[in-house]
Amino acid sequence: MKILTGNDLKSGAVTWWTGEGWSLHVEDAVDVGEHGAEIAAREAAARHVVGPEVIDATREGDSVRPAHIKYRIRAVGPTVRTDLSLKRADPAAGNWVI
Amino acid sequence: MYVYDEYDQQMVDARVADFRDQVRRRLDGSLAEEQFRPLRLMNGLYLQLHAYMLRVAVPYGTLSSAQMRMLGDIADKYDRGYGHFTTRQNIQYNWIKLDEAPDILADLASVGMHAIQTSGNCIRNTTSDQYAGAIADEIVDPRPYAELIRQWSTFHPEFSYLPRKFKMAVIASDTDRAAMRLHDIGIQIVRNAAGELGAAFYVGGGMGRTPMIAPCINAFVPIDQMITYSEACLRVYNRYGRRDNKYKARIKILVHELGKDEYTRQVEEEFKHLLTLNLEPPLAELERIKAQFADPAFASGLPDSLDLSDPDFALWVKNNTHTHKQAGYLVVTISLKPTGGIPGDASADQIRLMADLAAEYSFDELRVTHAQNIVLPHVQKAQAYALWQKLEAAGLGAANLDKIGDIIACPGLDYCSLANARSIPVAQKISERFAAKEQEIGELKLKISGCINACGHHHAGHIGILGVDRKGVENYQLLLGGSEGADCSLGQITGPGCDEDGIVDAVERATDLYLATRTAGERFLDTYRRVGMAPFKDAIYRKEPA
Repeated sequence: MKILTGNDLKSGAVTWWTGEGWSLHVEDAVDVGEHGAEIAAREAAARHVVGPEVIDATREGDSVRPAHIKYRIRAVGPTVRTDLSLKRADPAAGNWVI
Repeated sequence: MYVYDEYDQQMVDARVADFRDQVRRRLDGSLAEEQFRPLRLMNGLYLQLHAYMLRVAVPYGTLSSAQMRMLGDIADKYDRGYGHFTTRQNIQYNWIKLDEAPDILADLASVGMHAIQTSGNCIRNTTSDQYAGAIADEIVDPRPYAELIRQWSTFHPEFSYLPRKFKMAVIASDTDRAAMRLHDIGIQIVRNAAGELGAAFYVGGGMGRTPMIAPCINAFVPIDQMITYSEACLRVYNRYGRRDNKYKARIKILVHELGKDEYTRQVEEEFKHLLTLNLEPPLAELERIKAQFADPAFASGLPDSLDLSDPDFALWVKNNTHTHKQAGYLVVTISLKPTGGIPGDASADQIRLMADLAAEYSFDELRVTHAQNIVLPHVQKAQAYALWQKLEAAGLGAANLDKIGDIIACPGLDYCSLANARSIPVAQKISERFAAKEQEIGELKLKISGCINACGHHHAGHIGILGVDRKGVENYQLLLGGSEGADCSLGQITGPGCDEDGIVDAVERATDLYLATRTAGERFLDTYRRVGMAPFKDAIYRKEPA
């Protein structure tokens, strides 16, 4: 699947396109199919996102797993500061990234 | 140390106001991202893997206690309670909000700091010897010359859009502690046979994807022509440096392609022309700057001995202090590399504590080193034990300067959008694996970069590690034999790369061979240079018996 990620213009936080808006959580990301570039341009122009990018991912149960480690780290946070992670209560988050 | 005059302060205050307006216009839609991006980068604000990242300039690595305290306060107030000291003697914050960035710049300006020219194709923050003004082996304090370069290069209209970024370093001793020959321009302040001061110019060094050691193009430029000669070097580069290919745009490529002799000929020709224009700042300005770097009021008649009966303190003194030019004082390096820690990271509390310790023990002065540590340059020997106890209590007492645990590591893929692999976890594993034998191994400079851009100086490590992306999987190459010092050399790749655990094993095999092979007094680098790559390669890639 193709998903869309970017950063919130004001806070800089990593966000994921949900089909209706932007979420901090990668599991909310939806398949944008061939429409990624079009959505990205529209959302960037509306200042809802900065640096939008279409990436490859797979759906795994209730979650979405970006294909490349770079984007899995983006989804969770620095692997060396799990206290700052979006999944700080999940001891398996590190394995998910790697 | 240098204190802003009214002109400096007006410039940074005006810049804060400009940036506040630019951010406002970005947020209200008057500026698109492609218009805003170069403006935010000129103020050190990047968009990184997780958020905006702000890089703050620390000119030649020198900070006052008040400035350091502000860096700690910013970490708490605007970030997530920590900062990352970088290999260019700066500090970076990883979790900045765009709408708060102007407030951060205003707070920085209130203590004479800024983020100007910490990005972009301009002359970046000038670096220097972290022991400047304190160490016994320098001929003069290099910082006034670095400050003169800062003033000359700040907002220099001709050099604001160079073909590529441009980094300068200034030292004033034969012991190069600033990786001077790995800069676009490295300057060594020297004396000639007549005792006159001059500047030796090394031009065209750098790391990155095409590492090069800068050749000396002029061994003695009179000190009152240093800025004019720098201008000539930059002008030739600005004129002929490649703008068609960013990978070939650094001055090292120009010097290499033209050849040192032809580049030098063109610089000398330009220099002759520039001398007729009287561009050099008046010597009175240099003298004004020098006066601000006068020695602090050192006490005389202090005891010059130390009570080393506490073995842990004795080890710290042995590893983390250097001989001061003033009897009764020490130069102290605070390691930001605790076992298993993140190289260069310090919490807001630790940053403020170091500020307080500088006020109490070091005439209000600190330095950031390119090896991502902090220096208290002027500590009385009689107070060193009390200082060390406070550092120990705060997790800042690691006695590992220049040991294998004193690792330089870039932020890597944990933070950086350019990185291909993570650097920090590798550093942590090596630090933990070797903690018990790092003293036995002795001096070993290990440097890790998460991509070919080489922010972690892997080319210059006695052992270097380069993270690469192999079909979406992190892979690490090992290099041996690099050095950033006066004996500057570039590391050579040993062979095929390996995964995160494999690279730690490879480092252990290399150090085991060193321990088994070294002769008396040999550092790892010395042994490598004596025996060459082959035995190390055999040891690293040997097959375990089935």
